[in-house]
Amino acid sequence: MIWNVTSTATMLDYDFMRNAFMAATIVAVVAGLAGYFLVLRGQTFAGHALSHVGFTGATAAILLGVTPLSGLILVTIAGGVGMGLLGDRLQNRDVAIGIVLSLALGLGLLFLHFFVAYATQATALLFGNVLAVDTDTIWVLLGLGIVCVVALAIISRPLLFASLQPELAEAKGVSLRLFSVLFLAIVALATAECVQIVGVLLVFSLMVGPAAAAQQLTSSIAKGLAISVALALAEAWLGITLAFYTDWPTSFWITALSAAIYLAASGVRAGLGRRPVGPMAN
Amino acid sequence: MTSLELDDVTLTLGGRAVLAGVTLAIGAREFVGVLGPNGAGKTTLMRGILGLVPASRGTIRVLGKPAARGNPSVGYMPQTRNAAGALRLSGWDFVARVCDGHRLGLPFLDEAGRREVDWALEMVGGRDLARRPLSELSGGERQRLLLAQALIGRPRLLLLDEPLISLDPHHQRAVVDLVKSLQVELGITVLFSTHELNPLLGAIDRVLYLGRGQAALGTVDEVITGPVLSRLYGSEIDVVHLNGRIFVMSGEHDLERHEHRHDA
Repeated sequence: MIWNVTSTATMLDYDFMRNAFMAATIVAVVAGLAGYFLVLRGQTFAGHALSHVGFTGATAAILLGVTPLSGLILVTIAGGVGMGLLGDRLQNRDVAIGIVLSLALGLGLLFLHFFVAYATQATALLFGNVLAVDTDTIWVLLGLGIVCVVALAIISRPLLFASLQPELAEAKGVSLRLFSVLFLAIVALATAECVQIVGVLLVFSLMVGPAAAAQQLTSSIAKGLAISVALALAEAWLGITLAFYTDWPTSFWITALSAAIYLAASGVRAGLGRRPVGPMAN
Repeated sequence: MTSLELDDVTLTLGGRAVLAGVTLAIGAREFVGVLGPNGAGKTTLMRGILGLVPASRGTIRVLGKPAARGNPSVGYMPQTRNAAGALRLSGWDFVARVCDGHRLGLPFLDEAGRREVDWALEMVGGRDLARRPLSELSGGERQRLLLAQALIGRPRLLLLDEPLISLDPHHQRAVVDLVKSLQVELGITVLFSTHELNPLLGAIDRVLYLGRGQAALGTVDEVITGPVLSRLYGSEIDVVHLNGRIFVMSGEHDLERHEHRHDA
């Protein structure tokens, strides 16, 4: 290894690198937690869909002269709440959903078209640009991240009940729709956060990859959440580090690590065969 | 005390009266088999008792109180087997979700909650399922976890919606025996819906047979008869007794078998 203590110190000498690590840390924690519930509920596509819709919001915001992040947040939350309210009616509507998502990207393209000066923003929004995150954005990410984590903590118990045993939860007085809407609003915020790191097209890699790998590795919820966050952090940190030393895009490294870790986790699973994995939680 | 009272109850689903003006009472510590063709309202009746489907006429009283959602004295094992079966979640964690699952907060259980989960698993003979992931369990094993979930909160009335579906006869018998022993040991009332009467023979106290909006409640000998079932099916039904088993026939068709295959 040539990257010893000195070269790490060199990397962190740059403001933009320190910002990138801070932003990635906040977002990875949020993505790891929200993603775990998303995978458990079988709603991974929702995260993907919300980020596409968010692209329209972000580009519209640029057109209106406000920060892309505000448009992104507003529209993803509206999308999340809408999806939560529609609920089951969205099932088996692949074509309709696909058309809406393409339209969202198309509209985003149109909005950008009107502002040629911002063409570089398109790449940043689509594929992320964590090395360009400034201090103000970090504070916004931290604030939103805290809101996400606290909200998830508050609803996690009924959310898990509603996710794993909906009919029984309903009978015990849990409103399935309420928690679906609240959860997707949280996912919308988490998506908006992820976009800052990996962009709208690659949200899946940070939000779903680590969580899905975690669920391959343990059958306990508590451990699953911890592993999901740990993997998201590892992918984000390692991705930024590799980008610094290779000059390849961070988002590429994060997607590559996400895929590699998921494959490895599936391999570990297959290797364990039918033996029970993971001691019970609690 | 009666566990369940229906007074002139009409339950409507999608504009259709699934039950129309049904009156009946089920006593404490009764084991009742709920039978009837597809669409006869077995699930709707249970959802009515749980307060999920409001009676459009009449009143449903559960353990002396009007039916309402979130009644901790009612345990429920739903028929729809959701996607959780594909998850690598431990049996223990799956059952634990029911413990205070309606309360806000973190999903971790206190000492009393953990004991409750252990107790429920113990009751269904599922201690060995605690550490195993759902995705690796058989249908019968998953059924036991669902039953353990239904026992969380120590219900006095247990509603089991089609627990025998897609189980082979050997496992069907095991489920019926397990439910019977729980019912006796805990002294609770059980409503057990099924397409097939025979696995329940010897275990149940009474039969509740639903059909065409009507209901007949009584012992097997009182209800499983040609005249009663002909009224509920609205066509000529023959009841054939053979080697201690009972077959409900319409012409040459064994109705229960037909329904079962239809559903599976």
